[in-house]
Amino acid sequence: MTVDWFNFTPWSSLAGGALIGLAASLFAIGNGRIAGISGLIGSLLQRGSEGASEKVLFLLGLLVAPLLWGVFAALPLIEFQSGWLGLILAGVLVGVGTRYGSGCTSGHGVCGISRLSPRSMVATVCFMFSGFMTVFVLRHLLGG
Amino acid sequence: MLKFIAFIAGLLFGLGLLLAGMANPRKVLGFLDLTGAWDPSLALVMVGAIAVAIGPLTWARRQSRSLLGSPMQFPTKREPDRRLVGGSLLFGIGWGIAGVCPGPAVAILLTGHWQAIVFMLAMLGGMLLFTALENRRSR
Repeated sequence: MTVDWFNFTPWSSLAGGALIGLAASLFAIGNGRIAGISGLIGSLLQRGSEGASEKVLFLLGLLVAPLLWGVFAALPLIEFQSGWLGLILAGVLVGVGTRYGSGCTSGHGVCGISRLSPRSMVATVCFMFSGFMTVFVLRHLLGG
Repeated sequence: MLKFIAFIAGLLFGLGLLLAGMANPRKVLGFLDLTGAWDPSLALVMVGAIAVAIGPLTWARRQSRSLLGSPMQFPTKREPDRRLVGGSLLFGIGWGIAGVCPGPAVAILLTGHWQAIVFMLAMLGGMLLFTALENRRSR
């Protein structure tokens, strides 16, 4: 293993993480809800979702965040590494997987671990593991 | 007030993702590339987020109502099962292919990248597929 010191951004990542933690805390303490993005979207796709307006407004805030950012500073780089076929395959897997797994990086990785849920700890280990394995296979075994 | 707080929380969440580097698929894949040139930054995103959220969420989970008086909607199930493991493994494969997870997928939708729109449509399709399969199972 070699660490990519050139791209390592410890302070902005820690600060960004703290901001995410603050947002999750606010949503939990104020609204009594888990800031899990796949859960919020998935439940809105089902009929008769309770608290739909709060969920929509949370997602709306998330959606307009880059617009607010753009008023004050240049947006950080967003560099995609995959073509449309990879994006579609990845999107479907993320959609199906997070619904069967009841959560994603935010719901399990941040909120679930913070409330010491054993399910979320297991889920986080699983998606981290398969994420590491997938990149290993695609980059180093197949060399794509 | 509930709606206002929900909007502010979403906004802060999005700003945090952008600041942290989570909105950049290349950076996410750099973190997932353990055996290549590994960028550990995103581990610190989780450290920062959990360090801030662990106190408030531990408090919140013991309450029956939120500070604004709405009932707590926290999950109650605690034991892992096969669906959780299988679903999370599939999610990780998708995450490892494109370097995008659901939060950033929303946060980069309006930044003018066609890839963000394709990914979002496919993700919504995947979620609808889950709902359709579940409805069929319960029938």
